[in-house]
Order: sequence, then structure tokens, then C-alpha cells
Amino acid sequence: MANLKTEFAGIHSPNPFWLASAPPTDKAYNVNRAFEAGWGGVVWKTLGEAGPPIVNVNGPRYGALLTPDRRLMGFNNIELITDRDLELNLTEITDVKRNWPDRAMVVSLMVPCEEKSWKAILPRVEDTGADGIELNFGCPHGMSERGMGAAVGQVPEYIQMVTEWCKQYSKLPVIVKLTPNITDIRNPARAAKKGGADAVSLINTINSIMGVDPYTLTMSPSTGGKGSHGGYCGPAVKPIALNMVAEIARDPQTAGLPISGIGGIGNWRDALDFIALGSGTVQVCTAAMVYGFKIVQEMNDGLSNYMDEMGFTSVSQIVGKAVPTVSDWRFLNLNHISKAVINQDSCIQCGRCHIACEDTSHQAITASKDGKRFFEVKEDECVGCNLCVTVCPVPECITMRDLPPGETDQRTKKPVSASHADWTTHPNNPMRTSTPA
Amino acid sequence: MTTQALAPGVIPGRLTPAQYAQNFCDAHAPLNLSQAKIEADRCYYCFDAPCQTACPTGIDVPSFIRRIADDNVRGAAHTILEANPLGGMCARVCPTEVLCEQACVRNTHEDKPVEIGLLQRYATDHFFNAPGKPFFTRAPSTGRKVAVVGAGPAGLACAHGLAQKGHDVVLFDALPKLGGLNEYGLATYKTVGDFAQKEVQWLLSIGGIEVRHNTQLGKDVALDTLVKDFDAVFLGMGLAGVNSIGIPEDNTSGIRNAVEFISDLRQAGDLSKIPVGRKVLVIGGGMTAVDAAVQSKKLGAQSVTMVYRRGAQEMGASGHEQAWALENGVHIHHWAAPKSVVSEAGQVTGMQFACMHLVKDSLKETGEHFTLEADLILKAIGQSFIAQPLGATVELQAGRIKTDEAGKTSHAKIWAGGDCRFGGRDLTVEAVEHGKVAALSIHSALSA
Repeated sequence: MANLKTEFAGIHSPNPFWLASAPPTDKAYNVNRAFEAGWGGVVWKTLGEAGPPIVNVNGPRYGALLTPDRRLMGFNNIELITDRDLELNLTEITDVKRNWPDRAMVVSLMVPCEEKSWKAILPRVEDTGADGIELNFGCPHGMSERGMGAAVGQVPEYIQMVTEWCKQYSKLPVIVKLTPNITDIRNPARAAKKGGADAVSLINTINSIMGVDPYTLTMSPSTGGKGSHGGYCGPAVKPIALNMVAEIARDPQTAGLPISGIGGIGNWRDALDFIALGSGTVQVCTAAMVYGFKIVQEMNDGLSNYMDEMGFTSVSQIVGKAVPTVSDWRFLNLNHISKAVINQDSCIQCGRCHIACEDTSHQAITASKDGKRFFEVKEDECVGCNLCVTVCPVPECITMRDLPPGETDQRTKKPVSASHADWTTHPNNPMRTSTPA
Repeated sequence: MTTQALAPGVIPGRLTPAQYAQNFCDAHAPLNLSQAKIEADRCYYCFDAPCQTACPTGIDVPSFIRRIADDNVRGAAHTILEANPLGGMCARVCPTEVLCEQACVRNTHEDKPVEIGLLQRYATDHFFNAPGKPFFTRAPSTGRKVAVVGAGPAGLACAHGLAQKGHDVVLFDALPKLGGLNEYGLATYKTVGDFAQKEVQWLLSIGGIEVRHNTQLGKDVALDTLVKDFDAVFLGMGLAGVNSIGIPEDNTSGIRNAVEFISDLRQAGDLSKIPVGRKVLVIGGGMTAVDAAVQSKKLGAQSVTMVYRRGAQEMGASGHEQAWALENGVHIHHWAAPKSVVSEAGQVTGMQFACMHLVKDSLKETGEHFTLEADLILKAIGQSFIAQPLGATVELQAGRIKTDEAGKTSHAKIWAGGDCRFGGRDLTVEAVEHGKVAALSIHSALSA
């Protein structure tokens, strides 16, 4: 078993898998069970300020996007921050941290955007023995209507201001949790860094409506005939999250800022994607809510076997490894040529590649040969778009072949060039520079 | 277990009521909602789908399966029934393993096709349980009259298609109930709940179809009269003759035609009234032989043996049907042909068989013989077309009616389809296609 120990913004955990601040981390009972199952850390469900706790609806809090086999693709919730008394939460956090000293205990916070509110709660959290705090600037439903959560996260100046207060009134590492409900994720990340944040975590959930009941024509799920947009998460949001993580990782202004990756992580492969794109730890919620806490064992085992196979001896060796491969479009090599290749031995003749290409792309796949059903790439039409690869139901049946320099591209009838040429110098680009970037 | 269970002779009531009920329930349980959704999700929605090509009626299989997955089960039923108005029965009786499911690309991928037949049944059952607004309505009357002879799958499909086009159809059948083999010729466990009649009622509900029961061509009505009185005639009377086993039977009791046995079972209100032997022999290797053998076993026969003169490969019954017989405890004896009936005091006690083999591709006796005990022998070596009522009106080919692709015979006003038409595989689904195509051809001839 590979060593999965992680150090993230000064917080140690036996593995990079943390439970995100969410229903599974709302009380000691759940968190104890999570630690027994092997989770490396938790971000305790968001605490609000002292006084009467918030209340939740008593109708459905969750909705889902399912496959016909009812596998969950996307998940949505309208649960608010903890609806339990602050004192009870603080007592439980203290007990749990004392009993699980090797696990990361991070406390999520959301109080009104006023200095005195933050000043009041921060010492209380520090007294629990917790390892860090996470600022919930992302919750997109309910709390945002009250000027908290995403309402703060959407204004970089507020992010910087609150982060500064937290650094001023607490010694604990500060992780700023970002909302994806914004046009450019780099701005809130830069603001967090300017405010002195030790790390950012992302993404929080995405504004979403799951659907409409076809027979009542009411929004679904609904509480008494009305629904409210919820936060969307689960496997479907992973690509959105990965892009935002990579944007922050490769932004010169935030590069090196620790990132805790969140969004649709259900297995070690998902976690690896986040880690390679710059995340030092990952946070999980939906997968645990679907399968229970045991799922972390498969994540740990998968990552460990991968590391052993690849010769990595610590997670930190993988963090950010793929970031240099993420580029602006304009720097992509336009001289590179790929063509699809269909392996006739594994082709099952479903014809999906043909119809996808024929109807919606480049008419580059045959449907028949000598009067028989036969699917083959027409290299003189193929632009290497990868659509056929994505629609083929057979693993590895269609692959992309990179044409070596010198080979003639049958579509353009020109030999493939060994040199790099991108949009920045392309003759069709009115803004081109004279020399390659 | 009853006291009669192992009694010798051909007697009814070998089983308890609970055993009859269990043995004759649905042979293949229908899919429930979850099963249907999961199975539908397996369909790849292939381009120019091989399953659709393999279906004799050309059902757009990917579309109907997609509609099940999309919670549009009514739409799925519409897709099926517009290509095959008897799609409900075909979902029950089609040898899908040699038709649509054999063509499924999942065979190549994982050796397990999508369960197209069961999904088709799911969709059509859903529709027939609560049909709602009719899918197909009758066009304004054309005033043209068409006689359809035989209310089996071919005749019903033809009548329905003609009625839809606004023609006035008179549907003749020799028997008291409509449906042909669907009503009289299929194993009881293949079509439970009187589905055949439910389907017939739905087909007739389109309107414009007048039914004449108990009216046999050549006996109660002449072909010449039909040709004279109607604008067109469709012949779909199936195969009324039963092939002989080619050895003397001498009025021995305990030997009968499998088709009659199967028909008795289908028409029985109470299966405990159907007599069956303790030791049953079924002569033949087709679907009828399997239906007779398995049902004998299910009626409580102690041993049932199918005897077929060639090997498993040559049997008319599909591999799936043969497996079904074996699974139900039927023995299959290959390479043996009836030699003589063994009897005592006019009652069958067994049959002597000649061992067979191929000599230069020709079937010959080996010279060896053996005898199997039996108190009931069911003959199932095929049915034949009785052409006598046609006289010289239409041309025949190999004993059946010669037609073109559209079902047109040598007579300008007569079309034919189903098992009585030359060149088919004697499948229900093919008969439906014959009827469907002939209706279109008749319509175009009458509209010219």
C-alpha cells in the first residue's frame, strides 16, 4: 500500500480523501462512522452564528438526475447550513477531534458579512482543537438570499475582506470555498489569495432545477407545490469543477495556492484528475451519500495501487502534474494531425460512429463495403474530431492515430509538418504576431 | 400428488389443481418496470439496426426500445403495432433467437442480446391492458369489398390492413373462434389470459370487418362465389392437413394428432379434464412436437420422449425450443423413424422404431430396431396444405399457393399469405407480414 499521507495548508491527514461540508458531516454520529470507515478528514457541516439555528424545509431536500438503470448522474439539494445549535456542534467537534487526532478536522463557517460576527465565532472554533476553517462562500440556495454563502463568493472584494478578518482573528489555516456560479473563477481565487487565504476549495454546488413533474406540471422536487433552485453536484459536475481547478492552478496570480478539489468525485480516477490538475486534497459528498462511507476504501485502494504501479511514493508527487498540459486554445499545435482508426476485430457493427459522423459531423465513416455492413474511416474526410471515439460502445475499438511528420494527410493532401504552428501566427488570424509565441 | 399420478393408460386428472395452475402459467414471466428500464438501457440504438432488418415485419426495434426507456411506452406499442398489428402475439411466440435477437450487436459484444421479445411484450401488454385512444382508424369507406379466408395471423393482419384503408372486409373462418393457430395451435403457457382473443377483438375494433364463423372454404362457401361477389380475395387458411407417419395405424386407440391435442388443451376450460398417457411418445421434431411433448409432461405424464428421424441440427424446433423441451424433462431421441405401432386389444402399448443414418446425404435405415413403450402416441410430423377447395383457380408450387412478393396469385383477383403460401418459414410473424403486404397490394390494385 502506497503512502497516501497528505499535508495540505499545514493540515495533515492519512489520505487525501476528505468528506466535504455537507449532510454527512453534520454531527458526531456520522463523522465517527466516517473516520471508522477510513476517511482522511472531514469538513464539518457549516456552522452559523450563535442563537436560534436556521430551519430546513420538511419536504424533499434532494433531487437527482438518473440513468434508466437509476444510476445517479447528478444530485441537487436545498438543505441549508447546520440546523443544530452552535454549542452542540462545537462540543461534538471537540470530542471527535480528541478521539481522532490523526484525521483532518476542518470546520466550515458562514456568518453574516460583518466583522463582529466573524470575530465572535473564530475563537470558539479554535477552542475545539480543529485543524482549520473553511469559509462557505459558495452555498447557492437559501443562505444566499440572506446575503451569505454564494452572495459573498460572487463579490471578490467581500471574499478578500472576510478572509482578512479570519486571518486577523484566528491562527487556524483558512480555506476559502468558492462558488462556481460566477463567470471567471480566477477573480474570487485571486481575492482569496490577496486576503491571505491559506488555500481555496472548489467547487461548491451549481444553481440548478432538476425538472418538472409531467403530470402536475410543477417544478420537481417540490415542497407543497413549490420548489426552489438547489445546488447541483455529483458526477455530472466533475468536468466543470476540473476546469475551474485547472484555471486557478495555472493562473500566474494564484499558482501554488493549495487547492482542495471538489465536484463529482466517486472513485480514485476522479480524484487523480483533480490531483493532477492541482488539488492537494479532494472532498467528496455525493458518492458517500449514494453508497455510504465504505466507498472511501475503494478510493484509497485504487489510488494506492495506481501509485505503486506508477512508482509514486507520495501524493504530493502527482499534485499539479498535468497543469502544464492545460493551455489556451490559441497555443494548440495546428500542424498536429490525428485520424480515427476503427479496429475491425472488435467492431460490433452498431453503426453509431457512422450515423454520428454522417448526420452531425464530417461524413468520414462508411456504412457499407461491397454491399455489406462495414464501418471504416475515410481518411480523406476525417478531421480527427474524436466524436466516433466518444459514441462507440466498445472500449478501445476506435482510437485516434497521430500522423507522424512526413506522412501525407489524405484530407489536405499535404505532408504533416514536424514544426509547431498555432493560431497566434496563423495567416487567417488578423491579430497574428509575426513569430510563433 | 394425486392417486392417479402414475396410473397407466390415457387418463385425465393426474395432477392437483395447484400443479395444473403452476405448470400452465406464463412460460416466460413478463418484465416488470425495473427490468424493462434496465434492459431498454442496453439497446445501442444502432444505425440501420440489424434487428429491424431481421424482423420479417420490419419493426423499428431501436425506436420502440428507446421509447420504453423514455417513459413513452404507449409510443413504443405504436411503433410495434404499426409494423406488426399482431405484435402482441409475436412478442410471445416469435423465435427471437433466430430473428431479431440473433442480429443484435450485443451478441458480438458480450454474447448476450438485448431481450427484444420481452421488451416488445412489455410495450404491447402495457397497451392492451389499457388501450386508450385507438392508434389506427378506418379511412372513409371505399365501397370495395374484400373476402379474407382464414382468420389466422395472415388473414387478421390482411383484414386489419384493408379495413384501415376503408375497404369492407368479410372475414371467413372454418372454426368457431378467430385467431387460427394463435387460438388453436400454440402451447397454452405461451399465451395465457386469453390473449389471442383479446388481440382479435382489438384488431376487429377498427371497424369494417364482418366476421363469418364456422364457414369453411369448399364446403360452406365456394371460391368461385367469392371471386364473383367480391372485388378481391385473400387466402390465408393455413395448413389444414396433417402429414401421415407412413405406417399402418389400424384404428388403434391411443394414437392421435399433436395439433388436435394442442387444440384441446387450448380450448379446455379445465385442464384436469384433458387425458394424457403415463408414457407418451411424440413423433416429430418441429415446434408442434415440442409444444405437444412439453404439455404432455406438464399434464403429468411420467415420461415423454420426442422421436425424430434426423439429428438435432435438422430439427424444425429452434435450439431454444429444444432446450425448453429438455428443461421440462422431455427426452429427445434422434435418428429413429416409426416402423410399426405395437398394440394390445386395440390399445397402443408402444412403437417400434428403425434406427436411421445418412448414406451419401440420403436418410436410410441402419437395419437395427428398438421398441419404446407408450400408452399415448402424438403425431407431429408436419401439416400440409389442402388445395382441393381451390380447384384449378390458382397455380400451386410444391403443394402450396404460388404468389409474387406481394402475395398476388396467378389469379388477378386472388392474393394469398401465411403458411398456405409457398416459400415461407411457417412463422407467425411471417404470416403477419404476408397479410400486411397483401393488404397494401390489394389496396393499390383496387385504387388503380
